[in-house]
Amino acid sequence: MPQTRFTRDHEWLRLNDDGTAAVGITAHAQAQLGDIVFIELPEPGREVAAGEACAVVESVKAAADVFAPLAGRVVEVNPALADDPALVNRAAETDGWFFRIKLAEPAAFATLMNADDYAAFRDSGS
Amino acid sequence: MAIEILPADPPPPKSSPLADLHAALGARMGPFAGWMLPIQYAGILAEHAACRTSAALFDVSHMGQVTFSGPAAALERLVVGDIAGLRPGRQRYTLLTNEAGGIVDDLMVANLDGRLHLVVNAARTEHDLRRLAQHLPAGAEAALEPDRALLALQGPAAVTVLARLAAEVAAMRFMEVARVALAGTVCVVARSGYTGEDGFEISLPGHDAERIARLLLDNPEVSPAGLGARDLLRLEAGLPLYGLDIDDVTTPVEAGLTWTIGKRRRMDWDFLGAMAIRDQIDNGAPRLRVGLHLEGRAPARAGASLAAPDGTDAGTVTSGTFSPALGRPIAMAYVRRDLAEDGTELSALLRGRPVGARVVPLPFVPHHYPR
Repeated sequence: MPQTRFTRDHEWLRLNDDGTAAVGITAHAQAQLGDIVFIELPEPGREVAAGEACAVVESVKAAADVFAPLAGRVVEVNPALADDPALVNRAAETDGWFFRIKLAEPAAFATLMNADDYAAFRDSGS
Repeated sequence: MAIEILPADPPPPKSSPLADLHAALGARMGPFAGWMLPIQYAGILAEHAACRTSAALFDVSHMGQVTFSGPAAALERLVVGDIAGLRPGRQRYTLLTNEAGGIVDDLMVANLDGRLHLVVNAARTEHDLRRLAQHLPAGAEAALEPDRALLALQGPAAVTVLARLAAEVAAMRFMEVARVALAGTVCVVARSGYTGEDGFEISLPGHDAERIARLLLDNPEVSPAGLGARDLLRLEAGLPLYGLDIDDVTTPVEAGLTWTIGKRRRMDWDFLGAMAIRDQIDNGAPRLRVGLHLEGRAPARAGASLAAPDGTDAGTVTSGTFSPALGRPIAMAYVRRDLAEDGTELSALLRGRPVGARVVPLPFVPHHYPR
């Protein structure tokens, strides 16, 4: 069972056995954004620093940056999002992943919030 | 993710007489123009579809409802439209202008039994009232009607729904206004709106607003809709939003609103800013409001800059979105006059990258006003 961690920017990170992690936005984030109409994804191969803006989500009412939760190299982007960005509205934390990164420091994964901590953080209204 | 929904205003926001209903309907509320207003209920796309195919009910109680007392000629000094010629039972879209010909506000003026009623933008209400007080001669005065609500029932099914409460509304023509009793409450009903669809705007006492709104929502055709859908609908309909697409440094000529200047008013040119506006009509305005179709799926937002094919500055996007009706991004922009022809190919700079943008006629989606 892969582990999932969360960030204060309402993103999730799911660690695979090969040391890569899929990144997406949380169900709470997609609900805040509303109907998503466009997603700009990073180029595979791009090196990203933790906190670096590397994707953009456009909904019918707002644009939002998506940040790399941890440092690493983008190894794959979700090909389904180009034609069906609303997949993120339907399945934000599963099929609606944005990209996978090869983590520069896999140990940093454990520094992110677990599901319970994230739920508490989210419900505190941040 | 840094989520920015809509800009907030500093003072505590005012609340609509329908605040309890919005809460009961599960609306997501947000600040807009000094008010706390419903941004969406079921979702902006679903609400947009309801308005284009059936009917949607919007709470627009934030708009300023103003009664004008005095001769129409006194108001004509401040607006470009023919107000003296506005017959009882008719409503007209017009513009308040300043000395330089800039648009101070866009508004509806209705003649109800010989008395004029104005509906102005929420964010401009106080400014407009101050301006009217400064410029109106003795014997004329404009006053905010307190405790009024304003509902907009919009969409192809709006007339069927409203006629169930008052059969006479089915005979109203576009831009006609009348006193109509709805379930025992005397309302001022106008056949007009801000979506490009057929529909009605219903002014009524705030204390009766929730009861009437619930009666309308009881009809299976009607869905509640928020400001998010309203913005999408008005953009598709090519209708400018004050503060984005028009403001006090854009003129009616630049904004493509020259048609609002009454025929009689073009003989006397006796409204504020008339000389500057007349000069632009005769010699051309430096820039014009246009519609744009963008390539790809990324919407261009207000402030995106536009470039001409030769790389020179072409203008700026003033509002933009992804049109669900067209399945593509659309935007309104001001561009140089020489680049305003339909079919002109420009490029919009979106996050540092140029994206093709073609000048197209407005509206983006045809109006469905009753004839």
